[in-house]
Formats: sequence, structure tokens, C-alpha cells
Amino acid sequence: MNSTSHFVPDRLQSPLARRLKSWETLLLGVAVAIFIANSFASPYFLNAWNLSDATFNFTEKAMIAFAMALLIISGEIDLSVASIIALASTAMGAAVQLGVGTPGLVAIGLGVGLAAGAFNGFLVTRLGLPSIVVTIGTMSLFRGIAFIVLGDQAYRGYPESFAYFGQGYVWWVLSFELVLFAVLAVIYGIVLHKTNFGRAIYAIGNNPTGAVFSGIRVQRVKFTLFLLTGLMSGIAAICLTSRLGSTRPSIAVGWELEVVTMVVLGGVSILGGSGSIPGVVIAAFVMGLVTFGLGLLNVPGIVMSIFIGAMLIAVIALPRLWTMWRRH
Amino acid sequence: MTEPAPILALDGITKTFPGVKALSDVSLSLFPGQVTALVGENGAGKSTVVKILTGIYQPTEGRILVDGAETRFPTAQAAADAGITAIHQETVLFDELSVAENIFLGHAPRGRFGLIDWPELMRKARALLDEIGAEIDPSHKLKDLGIANKHLVAIARALSIDARVVIMDEPTAALSHKEIQELYALVEQLKAQGKAILFISHKFDEIFRIADNFTVFRDGQFVGEGKIADVTNDTLVKMMVGRDVSHVFPDRTPVFGDTVLEVSGYDHPTEFADIAFSLKKGEILGFYGLVGAGRSELMQALFGITRPTRGEIRIDGQTTLIHSPADAVAAGIVYVPEDRGKQGAITALPIFQNVTLPSISRTSRRGFLRLAEEFKLAREYTERLDLRAASLDTNVENLSGGNQQKVVIAKWLATRPKVIILDEPTKGIDIGSKAAVHEFMAELAAEGLAVIMVSSEIPEVLGMSDRILVMREGRIVAEVSGDDRTPETLVRHAAGISEG
Repeated sequence: MNSTSHFVPDRLQSPLARRLKSWETLLLGVAVAIFIANSFASPYFLNAWNLSDATFNFTEKAMIAFAMALLIISGEIDLSVASIIALASTAMGAAVQLGVGTPGLVAIGLGVGLAAGAFNGFLVTRLGLPSIVVTIGTMSLFRGIAFIVLGDQAYRGYPESFAYFGQGYVWWVLSFELVLFAVLAVIYGIVLHKTNFGRAIYAIGNNPTGAVFSGIRVQRVKFTLFLLTGLMSGIAAICLTSRLGSTRPSIAVGWELEVVTMVVLGGVSILGGSGSIPGVVIAAFVMGLVTFGLGLLNVPGIVMSIFIGAMLIAVIALPRLWTMWRRH
Repeated sequence: MTEPAPILALDGITKTFPGVKALSDVSLSLFPGQVTALVGENGAGKSTVVKILTGIYQPTEGRILVDGAETRFPTAQAAADAGITAIHQETVLFDELSVAENIFLGHAPRGRFGLIDWPELMRKARALLDEIGAEIDPSHKLKDLGIANKHLVAIARALSIDARVVIMDEPTAALSHKEIQELYALVEQLKAQGKAILFISHKFDEIFRIADNFTVFRDGQFVGEGKIADVTNDTLVKMMVGRDVSHVFPDRTPVFGDTVLEVSGYDHPTEFADIAFSLKKGEILGFYGLVGAGRSELMQALFGITRPTRGEIRIDGQTTLIHSPADAVAAGIVYVPEDRGKQGAITALPIFQNVTLPSISRTSRRGFLRLAEEFKLAREYTERLDLRAASLDTNVENLSGGNQQKVVIAKWLATRPKVIILDEPTKGIDIGSKAAVHEFMAELAAEGLAVIMVSSEIPEVLGMSDRILVMREGRIVAEVSGDDRTPETLVRHAAGISEG
């Protein structure tokens, strides 16, 4: 470099070039490959209505995954999301028995989600407890409440207008859930990548001490993220309950791991500090396509979860193997 | 009486690190049954010597002699095998293991099948603890002990290898008065056993109490050695700091404005007490003291990281409550911490994002980022500091220490503060960047910014400050200005030595 003048350019690499080399691009390739493989594997795959049905495999989980992505980037995690669905759904079911109408049910679903998120957030940010422990605890707690209330019973009798959230179509094959998924994807993408709040999330995830020393209100940001994750679980609870038309205490069991899988598959570092919403969106499609494709081939559920598990380990191991290989 | 031959000697040792000469042609001799005090300021090269003696660093040049025969310590184990052991302040111990296991970790007595011989382990541990007069049950877990007893365990660990040379690096820093007396007794006992002791301390009273010989280092160079009985406090202090300190620092004609910061009655339960001072616009206020005097802790309280139990901060005459760094930044107080990598910067993020992080509300609109504005602000301040980097999009972790420090300073200047606190601003950065930071500080003060500089480097404190507050054990013990500003005064106040 010239020693007399040392102009420092803004960037060396254009954002586009960086994007082309990114994890998201690789993942998109995987999604396309699975899509093509599926269309060869089953004659029923390339059908607009079948594809539309396939999106229900991931839309509800992906809604939670957006908030979870922000939370994991900030260095925390919420494993109670599926139990929040059970709690919110149980609360809505109980309200139905009291004759509460659709607007009231929606308010209850959202309210329970927010309250559960606030509870998690309080324990983590105010009492300074590790989020993984807190939310393993509330995972049992929230679902436990649903089991106590319902036992082996189920709540039914949801009003007809309530069915729209999980079964309605906005236009042709575009379901309400798919549209909501798309809208939320855009909102979360903007929040994480285009706002001060998103910048603070990355700063906290990369170096929480440094973030405090930079004047960021770290605990406030983290509390907001727990609140958001609770809210998204409430929204997912409304959609899922509406789609199923009933509430059992075992609703959405095991979803927390699928949500975390989706987030990590999307390129979010489980250690915090990096990841993107486009990555999570593509990961949602990949997981949806895989489960749907395997379903069309009549692969049993347990094999499907083996496949998803293997895929998760593979995608986490691949980048590491790649860098090890490049170093030699 | 003829001088005995040294057990261990360093001869013409030089140690260079990339870009830095930590030690330059130094010598040191340790005699059986004698205590040698190694004296020098922070950064004089004392800890580098300890690391060379214990096999952690290899000297670039020079010889290590054991009983007059040249030898090398390629590993820590080799030094231990030669009978050299060190008691550090921060000896690594394991909370969940028993006292006996801690003492003999790595060289526990073995029985059949190579399994640990527990009865023998306990017996040997108890014997060692008895020997140093420690009343500790060797079967207790370490975490159940107090800090002083942990220290005794560290000492027992050091003596568990049959040592001929014992290095004590600031051994009394964590001890109470009574425990220090016990340590002195232990040192006497080790002397009587014919062991050679290297004693490193900042406290002159204990050096004169316990040492037989002294060796002085300054800036990595050997300054002198001799018998403690032949010197006074003053001679030692002069040897430690004696040098021309003014020539490399920028010439300033300070112009003071109104008082901007007033602190009164500031107390913290453990770190500092009864702090009061004020600061004017355009003033550079130096804080000098030994490591552990409570300076950084005070600054972090002013910045809202820790909370004082009581006290008042007034900014521009207004009482201001500071409960978090965000409050401090809003009130115009910013802090450039000593630990750049952990506290100062988010090193995994690019330069421009680091610079704009605390001022993001200014570069953004209604909470939405505006990258063009961010680059503009980052460019403005990094250019003022003459930052060298491949691009503003480069991650901070890829920069040199000096340039990382420039990023941290730029980030705080971009908030347009009233008071900037710099904690060891030039620690670990190269000479060129050091001069740049000094010049920049002078420039900032000339523009009317109030500057607080915490530094353990005497030349820096003297060369940059208009006024110097000396802290010792959490209190401000002296204000030094005008003709009193000599290295000797600072060292005396910081170490608590009386006049003469």
C-alpha cells in the first residue's frame, strides 16, 4: 500500500458478491435440488393444490422460527415455544366453552403468548438465569398446565369463522397461513437487517459485554425478543388450532426442536452473532419440501425425523469440513 | 564473607516479540538462602522474566545458568524439573477438586496399576501444609476455602515439587496484614532451607522488610543490582523511573473552561471509597496508581457499569443519575476501556458498524438504518484518527491493536461527548500509534473536551496530564500538579511510602 496516502474505501466487496458466496445461496441450491428430485419421485408432486397443502408443513413453525432466529442471534434460546402453543390453545379452547367469539379467541391466543414470553424474559433478563435452563423448565410447566386442564379430553366446538386462520384461502391456492408467513418474513427481514434494533441484536450476540459498554440496553433488547417469540407462538397457536379444529394437550409436541432445526439450517449460528432471515425462509421451504416429498413416498414419520436429524448434523458439519479442507 | 555462587542466573537475556523488545540484555542472579527483589514499573519486563525462568517463554538471546552450567527450559516441565517453581497471583487452581489434589495435580503419588495412591496423597499434602504452617484439611474441596487459604494452597503446590528456586510474584496482593506476617515467616523458613527466592512486589515496605538483594529493570533493560542494606527508598525509586519523560509528548498550552464534571462522596462497597474530584473543559486529568488501586472500577462506576452505594455526579452543574452506560452516553460521559477486545469493540463486526453503534440514532431515521450515513460518520472520525485498514467494512478483529484502539476512540468521539475517559489508552499498542493517540488527546483537550486518563505508565501520566490524582487502595491519596509532578512523588504516593 502507498504510505503517503492511505485512503480507506467503504467496502472491498459489493454486497451482491458477498451474497452470492453466502450460505443462503447454497441452501437455495439445495431447495431447488429437492424440488426437482421430488417432482421426479412422485407424479403427484407438481400439482398446485398439493404444493399449497405442502406449505402447511412449515408455515406455523416458520412463524416462530423468525422470532427464534432473532433470539438465537442475540445469544439466547427459547425451548418452550411448543408448550406456549399448547397453553394458548388450551386457553382458547376453554374460552370457547364459555362462548367467547372469534375476536376474543384471537386476543386470548396472542395474550397468552405474550404473557408466556414475558415470563421467560423476566426470568432470563431480570433474574439472570440461563435461557436454556429457564425455557426447559417452562417447556414442562406450560404443557403441564395444558395436561392438568384437559387430561385425556379435547376442546372442540370452535366457531366457524375461527376456521379461516388455518383453513382459509386468500386467493386461489394461496392460503391465509402462507400469506401471513410471507408478510411476517418481510417484517422480520426488515427488523433484523434494516433497523437499529436488528443491529443491536447482532452486537449483543457477538459480544454482550462489548454491547453493554457501547451503551446498548442489552436486557431490554433480550426481553423484547422473548416477548416477540411468545407472541409468534401465540399466532402459531391460533393458526394450528384453527387448522385442526380442536385442542389436545399434546398439540405441537416436539415442535421446539423442529423450529430450532429450521433456524440453524437457515445458517443462524447456534452460538449467536450471525444469521439471516432469508436463510430461515429458505430453510423453511427445504424442511417443508423434504417432509412433503417423503410423505408422498409413504415414508413413515419416524424415518422422516431420522432424515431431518441427519440433515441438521450434515448442514452444521459441512461448513466446518469445508474450511478444514480449504486450509490443507 | 565470600559470596556464594548463584543457584540460578540469567546472563544477557533478550526477548523480542513481533514489533516489541520486551527484554534487552538483562541479567539476574539468585543466591541460595537469599531473597532477591525484582523491582520495576508496570511493563518493565518483570513478568517476562518470570515466564522465561519457568519455561513458558524462550529467550531470543542470552544464557540461563543453573549452578553455573548453561541450560535451557524448553517447557514448563523442564523448569520444574530443574527445581524452579513460581507462586503467581493467579495460579490456576480447581474449585471442584480437593486441596490435596490441587497441590499434587499432575504429579500425584501413584500406586498399583498407575492409580492414584490416595492415603499417600493425603499424607504428603498434610505434611506440606504443616510445613508452611497452614491449618487446612487436605480433603476439603478448594471452593470451601477463603481467598487467603487458597493462596496458601497455591504456595503448597509450588513447594510440592522439591524446589530450589521459588519465585513469588506479588504474593501479598490478596492477603490481609496477619496473613502477610505469616508469609514473611514462611519466606524466612525457605531461606533457612537454602532455597533461592525471587520476590516481585510493588510495595517498598515489604521489599525492605524481606529482601537481601535487589535488581531493577526499566523498560525491559537492566538498570542495576545490589544489596538492599546499601540503598534507600529514594535510590530505588530513582532507579525505577529515572529518565527524561517530556520529550515525546505533544506541547500543550491548556486553556480551561467551565467545570464540566463534579464527583462527590462516591463510595463503592468493595472497590473505592470517598471519591471527590472535579474536571474542567479542556483539561486532561491523569489518574495514577498501582494495579488494583481501584481506578478502572471508579471509571466504570462513572460510566454506569457498576453502581456506587452513594455519591453524586454533577454534569455542567446538574445532578445527573447514571444507572447504565446508556445513561452515561446520554449525559455525555464516554469510556474507552482497557480491555479493547472484550469491552471496547465488537470485534466480529465491521469497523463502520462499531463506530456508529452508540450514535446509531443519529445516522438512522425513525429506527431504520441508513448505510450511507453510517459510512459517512465512520469515515469522518476514522480519518481524523488516521486509521489504517483495508476498508471500513473490514472486521475490527483483523486490525492491529493500535488501529483497534483508534476505532474505539472514534466510536466515542462520534457521540460528541463532554467527558471522555481513557483507561490505559496506549497499553499494548505500538510506538507510532501511541504517539498518534497522545497527539489526538491533546487536540481533543484543545477543542474543549474534558479528558480523564487512567494510566500506569509514569511517563505518559506526567507527559499528558495537567493534574494528576493518585489512588491507593480505593482512595484518592494525593493531587499532584505543578512542580510536584515528578516520578518520585507519584511512586511514593501510589506505594504509600513516607517522605525521605
